[in-house]
Amino acid sequence: MNFFELAWNILPALLKGTVVTLEITGVSISIGFILGILLALGRVYGNKFIYLLTTTYVEIIRGTPLLTQLFLLYFGLPSIGVMLSPLLAAVIGMGLNSGAYQAEYFRGAIQAVKSGQMIAARSVGMSKFKAVRYIILPQMLRIVIPSWSNELIYLVKYSSLAYMIQAPELMAEGRLIASRNFRTFEVFLVVAFIYLVIVLILSKVLDILEKQIRIPGLEMQAV
Amino acid sequence: MPIDKLILIWQSFPSLLKGTLVTIELTAGFLSLGLILGIPLAFGEVYGNKFVSAMIISPFVKIFRAIPALVLLFLFFFGSASFGFELSAFTAAILAIGFRSSAYQSQIFRGAIQSIGVGQMMAARSIGMSKLKAVQHIILPQALRLSIPPWTNEYAGVLKDSSLAYAVGVTELMRQGRYIVARTFGNALLVYFVCAVIYFILVYSGNKFLGFLEEKYKIPGYEIKKRPRKSLERI
Amino acid sequence: MSGIVLKAENIHKSYGGLSVLRGISFEVKRGETKVIIGPSGTGKSTLLRCINQLSPPDKGRVWLDGVEITDPKVDINKVRSSIGMVFQDFNLFAHLPVLDNVRIGLTKVKGMEKKEATDLAMEELQRVGLRDKASSYPAELSGGQQQRVSIARALAMNPKLILFDEPTSALDPELIGEVLNVMINLAKEGMTMLVVSHEMGFARSVANEIIFMEHGVIVEEGPPQQLFSNPKHKRTGEFLHKITELYGESEK
Repeated sequence: MNFFELAWNILPALLKGTVVTLEITGVSISIGFILGILLALGRVYGNKFIYLLTTTYVEIIRGTPLLTQLFLLYFGLPSIGVMLSPLLAAVIGMGLNSGAYQAEYFRGAIQAVKSGQMIAARSVGMSKFKAVRYIILPQMLRIVIPSWSNELIYLVKYSSLAYMIQAPELMAEGRLIASRNFRTFEVFLVVAFIYLVIVLILSKVLDILEKQIRIPGLEMQAV
Repeated sequence: MPIDKLILIWQSFPSLLKGTLVTIELTAGFLSLGLILGIPLAFGEVYGNKFVSAMIISPFVKIFRAIPALVLLFLFFFGSASFGFELSAFTAAILAIGFRSSAYQSQIFRGAIQSIGVGQMMAARSIGMSKLKAVQHIILPQALRLSIPPWTNEYAGVLKDSSLAYAVGVTELMRQGRYIVARTFGNALLVYFVCAVIYFILVYSGNKFLGFLEEKYKIPGYEIKKRPRKSLERI
Repeated sequence: MSGIVLKAENIHKSYGGLSVLRGISFEVKRGETKVIIGPSGTGKSTLLRCINQLSPPDKGRVWLDGVEITDPKVDINKVRSSIGMVFQDFNLFAHLPVLDNVRIGLTKVKGMEKKEATDLAMEELQRVGLRDKASSYPAELSGGQQQRVSIARALAMNPKLILFDEPTSALDPELIGEVLNVMINLAKEGMTMLVVSHEMGFARSVANEIIFMEHGVIVEEGPPQQLFSNPKHKRTGEFLHKITELYGESEK
């Protein structure tokens, strides 16, 4: 069987794994999004205690490898009686991880919103909460798109780490196939190709999206 | 903490340190290979032949950035075997993540070179420097200084990625941890927590050191306007 | 050596189909200060860059001291080391202190010993009045000081001629004088200079000859007296009138 026949044969199984990869990415980017916004608001608007708490969280997550975090969740938590399935551990781990990074992008974007915006919002009688909700956040979200796109692509690639805790995603599917046909290198060439295609398509789509919803004058300087 | 856990940590420490050493070696290897390749790639992209840049450098950078580190590791490790020369897991890891890092580092240096005004090159040429000398004495020293902040990010990135070498069997920190976990059943949380602490210390002290370098080599009056914003993005 | 330092003949240059220079010929004699004036976008800066080949001309030839430097066999780096250039936005090497900015050409291009280069560089800094700033970094200096350092950098190479590309255009008005004074002194000392400038006062009082350029050609060339009081072309008169109104003649 030559390479292309092999690739054709294993493609269906790999695509099944790809779906799981995309699911893991989708769920964890969403968890990270919500967590990230909360953390960012905490770091910008929170009192001293909240600032310290959120900053510590972000620094710890950013200072340790994702793999270690996944191992702690999947292999570590059972030591205290908490068992997570591989998929659940993967999305929780990646979500918690991504939250810290997204928090940094959001924080940067909030700070990039001009200070006059908050003052203007308060001057028309909005509460601080309303000002954040209706004035700051909508602007922040547009400013943050380039960095956020990067994070999404990062997560697609790093969802491959879920393989190390036995989640049945693309890598795991590839490993399984290779363990049967012993053509590991070729199998992973196909896997690499699939990632490449996903990343390239995603970058294009995000690029277009960014241009669609951009508001003139509301871009962040190249990060 | 119960006393038996403390004893466990105490007893595991030598092997964790051994793993840490391998982690540091990996990181140093990634960064060095990435630097040695990344600088010429960057200069090639900015000053080199357009054809070479479009047909070789740019695809190299794109591909190595788009494929997950773990997949690259597998390709290098298993690929070498199927091409008939077996790389050790350690070497395969250095090559895979090192090449990948060179792609990222080339973008760091390219950004830095491009943020240096064209006037610098023109002034250098106007006093009679060859292009090579201008790059060596004028462009490179400035580019390297400007690269320190984003390079700090790259350091933390590859240090954390060194944990992936676990997957092809390099006995770095995570694998040493795994061995301890396997030997002493039921201590995964504690052992991996200690691993996390060690990584954190490495990232933190490395950042501090690079921050010190940045301060030491900063150019008075220059850094505020010209320094690229410290990139928050992970890679 | 003849009295002619620089000779340009029929220089043409275009960028992307737009022809910027359309057959420029002129000469600069030893010790002479020649000022090129003309509306912006007329190719004056391009002309300077064609002379030291920072942008090689498409057509035409340039001689320096009787040697053709547009000849592809000539070592252009060596040629450039004997033609100083002063830029509008100074272009001091941002990572080097003032002394090194002046010294680097001596050590890295001319291969001079560090000690000797240092002495020479300090001398040139003295000449532009900035000896006490030797250890400052460019960003710590005012625009006028930066420009004087860049003149010292050019002088240190002991050039046969210095090209000035609008040396005062990027400066705040109150800093223009210090740079012009350095240039006036150089002219008095007999330095050969080719200056692109809008400083009519300087042109009038220092230039031996003025070249008026427009749309990539030389419209008129002659001593300041003649151009200012009795221009041959209507355009020259109009331009001089307008520019004098705009910039004044403070340096008369």
